[in-house]
Amino acid sequence: MPQHFPPSTNAFVRWAILGGGAFVVALLVALPIFARTMNNAVGVPVAQPIDFAHNLHSAQLGIDCRYCHTTVEVAASANVPASETCMTCHSQVRVGSPQLEALWTSWENDQAVRWNRVHDMPDYVYFNHSAHITNGVGCSTCHGLVDQMDGIWKTEPMTMGWCMECHRAPERFLRPRSEVFNMAYRPPSDQLVLGSELVAAYHIDTDVLIQCSVCHR
Amino acid sequence: MTRRTHRDARWLVAVLALGLLLVGCGRNMAEQPKVGTLQPSPFFADGSGSRPLLEGTVSRERGGIDPVFFTGQDAGGLVTELPIELSYELLLRGQERYDIFCAMCHGYTGEGDGMIVRRGFPQPASFNEPRLLDASVGYYFSAMTNGFGRMYSYASRIPPEDRWAIAAYVKALQLSQNASIDDVPAEVRRALELGDSEGSLPR
Ligand code: HEC
Ligand code: HEC
Ligand code: HEC
Ligand code: HEC
Ligand code: HEC
Ligand code: HEC
Repeated sequence: MPQHFPPSTNAFVRWAILGGGAFVVALLVALPIFARTMNNAVGVPVAQPIDFAHNLHSAQLGIDCRYCHTTVEVAASANVPASETCMTCHSQVRVGSPQLEALWTSWENDQAVRWNRVHDMPDYVYFNHSAHITNGVGCSTCHGLVDQMDGIWKTEPMTMGWCMECHRAPERFLRPRSEVFNMAYRPPSDQLVLGSELVAAYHIDTDVLIQCSVCHR
Repeated sequence: MTRRTHRDARWLVAVLALGLLLVGCGRNMAEQPKVGTLQPSPFFADGSGSRPLLEGTVSRERGGIDPVFFTGQDAGGLVTELPIELSYELLLRGQERYDIFCAMCHGYTGEGDGMIVRRGFPQPASFNEPRLLDASVGYYFSAMTNGFGRMYSYASRIPPEDRWAIAAYVKALQLSQNASIDDVPAEVRRALELGDSEGSLPR
């Protein structure tokens, strides 16, 4: 049988193995660093057609999240309020304010206000608010102190790794159901004890939570 | 064919096969050609992907269609009895929903002195005035369902079960605002006198 490769290929193969090994090591180091520092627009305010301020409406006026995000306890989506909800008050309050012009245009033309999405999962991910709200995951655990925001931005990267950090050990984050909407909630010093009790009380199956088909279905 | 062209052809196939892998690098699974919740759509004139309910749509969630349950009225006008069973849980649910949807205008005690009123919204009548003390549960249900004067309807935001719970709670709230110590059951009164206002209540 004739030789297919000249002798110089031996050196080439040796270098290729070495280089390939180095490449794999570099990748193993670089990918986690990239994943941890890539912040997915965390903390970057998203421009909106109306300068709606959560801190004014939630913290100062004391309006509950559910007054506007009506479906958050019962549906997958939390719902961004229709113009009708705003007009319940603004048909009488601050009429003629230039800041509310876009709201009146929307109301009079029967066209929804085009709010820009802040959090938006890729279409291959399934997320469900009600599953979290009824099992003791507070709004502020995932969205931060929205009631203090003069604008709106992400406070968490919302990557798969971030979701899994909780799904692997939800007891580190759970609170009693009655505290889910309490934006000022502070976890107690014995969080792990309380958390484990809640996991049992709410029948949370932690073996199921890490399966791919929970979020990719 | 010579051996040389054979080898070239093999390279060509290998490169093409590698190129195929690049096909997997699009973001097309992240933005699939379907309309999701809250997404816009150029297909409809109003530009929004979700469709409004047709005029006259009735929810069949509860099985049958019960006009009293949905309108608060029967042949004799506004009903004076709850069409659902009254329970302590129903009142607690009503309290929670009242505090979310009504208290910022009507106030936590129904006086009509909520935060939004203090910031310029017209002041509603107090729920504790004689006319409204006499009003039936159906009256409260109907005000929420159809709106009242400058107050918008809550039909699209509060499901009918919860509107009944709120109506029942408002009647209880009125009782509490015009109650005397004699209305308090004896065992709870003793706890109150000892300064424990929460402990003995069936929470
Ligand atoms: C008066 C109505 C109102 C209330 C009350 C309210 N919100 Fe909002 N919320 C909005 C509107 C309108 C938007 C979209 C515009 C914006 O992002 O500023 C929004 C956006 C959001 C978003 C970002 C949505 C996205 O696009 O990803 C989050 C998260 C949020 N709200 C959480 C909360 C929480 C938590 C509370 C309770 C503390 C709350 N909101 C109370 C009206 C309200
Ligand atoms: C429950 C009543 C209520 C609802 C619902 C409500 N607002 Fe307001 N909003 C107020 C009040 C009261 C003020 C004025 C506060 C003050 O006196 O400074 C205000 C102020 C504002 C301002 C500032 C106006 C200015 O001239 O400074 C904007 C913008 C605004 N609201 C937008 C919205 C939008 C958008 C929605 C719907 C998502 C909404 N509001 C829903 C009660 C409400
Ligand atoms: C477990 C984490 C988590 C909790 C808890 C949570 N959210 Fe969200 N929220 C998300 C994610 C993830 C999205 C993006 C959903 C998507 O794109 O499908 C989102 C989106 C939203 C939106 C935009 C509309 C939508 O549904 O896509 C609003 C408004 C919102 N959340 C409000 C709230 C409020 C109010 C609460 C508390 C009652 C809350 N969220 C609790 C993770 C959470
Ligand atoms: C702070 C904790 C926490 C975070 C963060 C979190 N989850 Fe969850 N998730 C839970 C808990 C607790 C449950 C309830 C499990 C149960 O019902 O037994 C749950 C359940 C779910 C379910 C199951 C719903 C159903 O009906 O079966 C889905 C889907 C889900 N989460 C998706 C996500 C996604 C996607 C993210 C990231 C964007 C996320 N979760 C982030 C705690 C969390
Ligand atoms: C708790 C919810 C959750 C579970 C469980 C989950 N994923 Fe994901 N996955 C996500 C989210 C959220 C994203 C998108 C955000 C991102 O890019 O990190 C994602 C993205 C991905 C992607 C696409 C990555 C990219 O950048 O294109 C793949 C592949 C994937 N997941 C595979 C898996 C596999 C395999 C499993 C089971 C071992 C799994 N996922 C379990 C939430 C989950
Ligand atoms: C944005 C402020 C606001 C909110 C929120 C609100 N209301 Fe009202 N309500 C009013 C005003 C103002 C009136 C008086 C309207 C008029 O006379 O034009 C009124 C009138 C009423 C009346 C009729 C009173 C009468 O004089 O006969 C009832 C009953 C009522 N509201 C119940 C409710 C209930 C129940 C809720 C909660 C689901 C609620 N309202 C939420 C402002 C509000």
